[in-house]
Amino acid sequence: MRGLEKFLRGRFAAAAIAVLIGLLVAAIVLIAAGYDPIASFAALITGAFGRPKYITNVFIKATPILLTGVSVAFAFKTGLFNIGAEGQYILGTVLATIVGVKLNLPMPLQVPVVLLSGIAGGAALGAFVGWLKARFGIHEVITSIMCNWIAFYLCNFVVMSNTFHKPNSQSALPVNPSSYTMILGSWKKSEAGKEFLAGMPWLREVLLKTDLNAGFIIAVLVAVLISWVLTRTKLGYELRAVGFNRDAARFSGISVESNIVLSMLIAGGISGFAGALAITGTSPHTITLLAAMEGYGFNGMSVAFIAGCAPIGCIPASIMFAALIYGGMSVQQALGVPSDIINITIGTIVFFTALPGIAPYFADKIKQRREAKELANGTKAGEA
Amino acid sequence: MDSFILLLSITLMYSTPLVFGALGGVISERSGVTNIGIEGMMVIGAIAAAAGSYFTGNPWIGFLMAGICGAIVALLHAVASVSFAADQTISGVAINLLAPGIALFACRQLFEGAAMSPIAPKLPGVVHGHMSLNVTTLIALIFAAIMWFVLYKTKWGLRIRAVGEHPQAADTLGIDVYKVRYACVLISGMFAGFGGASMTIAIISQFTQTAISGHGFIAMAAVIFGKWHPFGAYGACLLFGFTQALVILLGGGDFVVPSQILSMLPYAMTIIVLVLFVGRSVAPKADGVPYVKGSR
Amino acid sequence: MEVSSDYAVQMHGIVKRFGAYTALDHVDLDVRKQTVHAILGENGAGKTTLMNILYGLYQADEGDIFMGGEKATITNPTEAIKHGIGMVHQHFMLVENFTVTENIILGDEVCGAVGVLDMRKAREEVMALVDEYGFDVDPDAKIEDITVGMQQRVEILKALYRGAEVLILDEPTAVLTPQEIEKLIEIMHDLIAKGKTIIIITHKLKEIMQSADECSIIRRGVYMGVVDVKNSSETELASKMVGRNVNLTVEKTPAHPGDVMLEIRGLTVKDERGIEQVRELNLDVRAGEIVGIAGIDGNGQQELVDAITNLAHSESGTIKMKGIELTNKTPRNTFEAGVATIPSDRHRWGLVLPFAVSENTVLERHVDTEFGSGITLDYAKLREYTRELIKRFDIRPDGCEDERMSGLSGGNQQKAIIARMVSSEPDLLIAFQPTRGLDVGAIEFVHKTLIAERDRGTAILLISFELDEVMDVSDTIAVIYHGKIVGTFPQGTVDENQLGLLMAGGELK
Repeated sequence: MRGLEKFLRGRFAAAAIAVLIGLLVAAIVLIAAGYDPIASFAALITGAFGRPKYITNVFIKATPILLTGVSVAFAFKTGLFNIGAEGQYILGTVLATIVGVKLNLPMPLQVPVVLLSGIAGGAALGAFVGWLKARFGIHEVITSIMCNWIAFYLCNFVVMSNTFHKPNSQSALPVNPSSYTMILGSWKKSEAGKEFLAGMPWLREVLLKTDLNAGFIIAVLVAVLISWVLTRTKLGYELRAVGFNRDAARFSGISVESNIVLSMLIAGGISGFAGALAITGTSPHTITLLAAMEGYGFNGMSVAFIAGCAPIGCIPASIMFAALIYGGMSVQQALGVPSDIINITIGTIVFFTALPGIAPYFADKIKQRREAKELANGTKAGEA
Repeated sequence: MDSFILLLSITLMYSTPLVFGALGGVISERSGVTNIGIEGMMVIGAIAAAAGSYFTGNPWIGFLMAGICGAIVALLHAVASVSFAADQTISGVAINLLAPGIALFACRQLFEGAAMSPIAPKLPGVVHGHMSLNVTTLIALIFAAIMWFVLYKTKWGLRIRAVGEHPQAADTLGIDVYKVRYACVLISGMFAGFGGASMTIAIISQFTQTAISGHGFIAMAAVIFGKWHPFGAYGACLLFGFTQALVILLGGGDFVVPSQILSMLPYAMTIIVLVLFVGRSVAPKADGVPYVKGSR
Repeated sequence: MEVSSDYAVQMHGIVKRFGAYTALDHVDLDVRKQTVHAILGENGAGKTTLMNILYGLYQADEGDIFMGGEKATITNPTEAIKHGIGMVHQHFMLVENFTVTENIILGDEVCGAVGVLDMRKAREEVMALVDEYGFDVDPDAKIEDITVGMQQRVEILKALYRGAEVLILDEPTAVLTPQEIEKLIEIMHDLIAKGKTIIIITHKLKEIMQSADECSIIRRGVYMGVVDVKNSSETELASKMVGRNVNLTVEKTPAHPGDVMLEIRGLTVKDERGIEQVRELNLDVRAGEIVGIAGIDGNGQQELVDAITNLAHSESGTIKMKGIELTNKTPRNTFEAGVATIPSDRHRWGLVLPFAVSENTVLERHVDTEFGSGITLDYAKLREYTRELIKRFDIRPDGCEDERMSGLSGGNQQKAIIARMVSSEPDLLIAFQPTRGLDVGAIEFVHKTLIAERDRGTAILLISFELDEVMDVSDTIAVIYHGKIVGTFPQGTVDENQLGLLMAGGELK
């Protein structure tokens, strides 16, 4: 019990408890709805890690939510709530698509230009929200949500516009192939590639049956870079000072307003980057008509909170959530369980990460019980 | 004249879910708890109302169920923000993540895997002819009046406002800050639930995935614009309802503006209104600040 | 002490622990009926904790409470109120945008049917109380519009409205002018005459001598005994409170003022609500002198400091530092012009509490190349620099550079701010309420540091609501009233009553 108590006071306890409770709630809901939770979890795990293709897809799924997660985590460390990652992501996809369709440069130029367009889209939206907060003091959560919906309809507008609409479809025109960021994208489909891969079934599956792309590696680098900025640079120092205590920062000569805008600009840029990488790295390499929010930004929030808003912590957290989401689809296929169960699980996890006191609370309970026991034993020993 | 009346009645109709949401926001924030989860509670109300009305055939039962289910979800927020002194923004956001999940899961469970409910019986209209109004519009107005009376004319209101402004002061006078806040958050969830119901069994007659799309957040903006006053919030909701009515009216006509751009109007309007009015409106002092006994 | 009905309140063997920390260790208190009983102790000694236990806000871990000789269990404020206890907290427990009447009846409302407020009747009841005790309070005024002295009377009325027989006043004079203090003492004696009992919590010796009959002393949570005030002296009380002989006077040599450093002419500053808080103010501060600003809180001190530090916009007038224009520039410009400021509220303005101590020491100076040449911040250098400051200013615990600032005691947090400001070697040091909430030892340290800085040739602007502090430390005393300097005096040429009169808007004959 002492070990457990120590763990509960440690830094990973809150996350572990939240995940545990999330899975528990999911199990209860499943039982109540008449499904077999054990079979569901088994299907989930097989669906996420059962084949090389699945594992690869988990990492592909993890890419955007790692970036939106880092975006939310970064903003949170500077005292801002970037609930607008969703809209910034969408705007990133929209701008990457527009530029990727209209522009056709050689690949070494095309890829950076398309990615930068997406970053710029997200950054602009983020900076707008930051400016509204710095200049007018409007809570970023409300404006972010409004911006999410504006980006949502803007995306649909672009999809349906004469210039970009792909006839007889629900999507826009795909970007030019020079924008693609898949690993060995053209080689793997060439005769030489096919021949080479024929003898390596594992690699063949990973490369040919998925959109394996450079995104995850780039996202990891971004997480490391952001962590470095926050903890090792003067910029990060100022941003964190503003985040912790705006008044003291202003008092000591740090410009609060420009730091708020800058922080949201960076956060928005990261989310926009996520959107751009999704366009360049995965099929159908374009935006489609949105019926509802796709949740890349919201899942990023879950990633950030479970990681305690540490950018590096977002890496494992994003893999976990990607496994949940991707594996969750198999649960629906295999057992007919609505995949919304995953959203319930994720929502529950975030809810419990919001309770900072919960792990220490359980630790105190254990301690109390132990002390009561010790006291009881002690008294007995004393009597004897 | 006819088009004016049409515009007015559509405005009233579309402002109704917002009014309920905003009243929920007012009561919660007046007691010192920020409730960003209004949106999620409205979603839960939306599915509960549609399901209740569909299965019982009685829309009033659906309406009541919406209120009850909204309050149940609000209980989560109350536990987190009042008992555990959690970050109220995170807790509210979590509810907004959780609620659509629950709503859709329930929807698929109840309606054979569909992401929308079948057509359910609607609540009755109160005025007919050109100016058709649903009964929920009337209920919203009555609730706004009741809330005003309770907040400003009764001892309960005095206590709620005191708890939202200066919880320590209330505590030293023997007022149970936690109880007041729990009650207000639960009522807030109930109102949000009604708001969801007035979308799915009054405006439209079924639950869909986008029935509630940002309404809870627009309602929160209305709370700020309305200076945390029931009638102020009501007025603000009329304005936002008007922009939604415009979307409906203009979207049906032969206007050059594409419908997707029109659909942005309510959201853009919300930002504009906030820019113009946020600095002039002062929140309750302890809004969003968890109360921990014994700390000063 | 025996339990008897001669005593209004008796608390015996009270123990209160917060985690591992023992705030009160077997403290006794025996308050005779119809007397003024003072509880004396330093900041953090446990006085307020003891009273919060009596008022039911905390529960004691051990010990008993007796009211009029009967054992009493008080687990919440409602029960305390039932036992006839009323408490006026140091930070007033008033809802600012409520009226006086609403604040008084809150929680014990006058109602008609089903909880509907009867404000007319409530107002009558409040008026009756106001008349009975002769308080000058308007029942319809909003709290935010009335003076601090009046707010205090509203707090007393709140207790009387609930039928309080025992009134606890927590540091009641902290925010009052000498004249208001006199009035309060009058009110206290009047209440005693009407049969009430008063417990007053304070660390100010003079007031105890003026107002109290008996005085119980607590030192670091330990009960030091009770003293009959008539047969005691300030020095005796002080040494019992601190545990050593304390020098109550501030020692310093005459000042040698040099050039004018800070020059303010015709300064007008408005607050957030657009009301002029500083009006046409003129002020000079010279190198090597301490100018102290005496005044009641809310007379423009905050806005004056905000204008100099460029946190607030100046409507008109000029602020010059060494002849360089500083009006309506940025806080950064102010700092770079050689102005360092010790803020009034260290938690709000002075520190980033979740930051490490070392991170806090360079809030202004992190941009210097000394702490990293490029975009990176040299954390190793930061630690080394902080270690030096910790030694030089005796910040405890030693080696706390990596600790979070929130973990330090109030006195050491204040030392950290002073270390940060003094080490920037400013030409002007503004000290705004520099000793607020500190114990005697820390106060001595702050005063000595200010004087040492003065002797180094720094111009010092001291702004304090504690008149004694201004009178003891300053070389020149300026009185601020309604945003204007209404009088300037060399130290020793003016007495407390004259200053008090000016602070309250009166005129010297």
